[in-house]
Amino acid sequence: MAMRMRATIEGDVATVKVLMQHEMETGLRKDKETGKFIPAHFINQVTATLNGKPVLEAQWGVGVAKNPFFEFRIKGAKAGDKIVVHAVDNLDAQYDGEVEIAAPA
Amino acid sequence: MNQARRTFLKSTSIAGAVAVAMFAGLLRTGKALAAEWNSAAFTAKTLDDAMKNSGYAGAAPSDDILIKVPEIAENGALVPVEATSNIPGTTSIAIFSDKNPNPLIAEFKFLNGAEPFISVRIKMAETAPVRIVVKADGKLYTASKDVKVTAGGCGG
Repeated sequence: MAMRMRATIEGDVATVKVLMQHEMETGLRKDKETGKFIPAHFINQVTATLNGKPVLEAQWGVGVAKNPFFEFRIKGAKAGDKIVVHAVDNLDAQYDGEVEIAAPA
Repeated sequence: MNQARRTFLKSTSIAGAVAVAMFAGLLRTGKALAAEWNSAAFTAKTLDDAMKNSGYAGAAPSDDILIKVPEIAENGALVPVEATSNIPGTTSIAIFSDKNPNPLIAEFKFLNGAEPFISVRIKMAETAPVRIVVKADGKLYTASKDVKVTAGGCGG
């Protein structure tokens, strides 16, 4: 699965944008042909680190939109710092992404 | 219950607790995720149960939580939600959609300089308040904003 990340900085505050490719299947939808429920398949835990230090720990339910997008901010960061995002879904698939904070334009 | 069994149970439960603590410690330092997914909170079917099971029940209303949501969402499958807490000592933000089949959407904990802000796209089943609950210095605060959903995003 693709995870796309972008991190910019203004002063000492980094803004991190993360876009993941994932169905985020709720388990509440029926397959129109078989009439059976499509099994739930969704990312349920996400963590982020800044230079290896945890900055964000999230738990998600099925209510996060398909192809999840989220944005967060970290104070005390600088250009070149490394941000790593790790996600796990309910079927234990692991997803990783990383990005360096871009130098200010 | 005899004494030997009692002692045995006690020692094994302590050993168990230590093992769990050690395992949790390993998880925290490793690449794996820190906490166990809170199934009881995320699968709860009512707002009350979702708030109770997630530890976000009984929050006091606050004007220091800013919520940015669309007034009208034409597509309930994709509703952008932005929450900022101006309450000092904020450590986490939880997002609820009152009338979703599972009202708890997500919980974000902020550590080591992360600002008490989150932007995320959510699904909404029908017109309802988007409810934000913030934990700050161990206390709970809440605010909400209504979103009118013209096409729900949970069924199929």
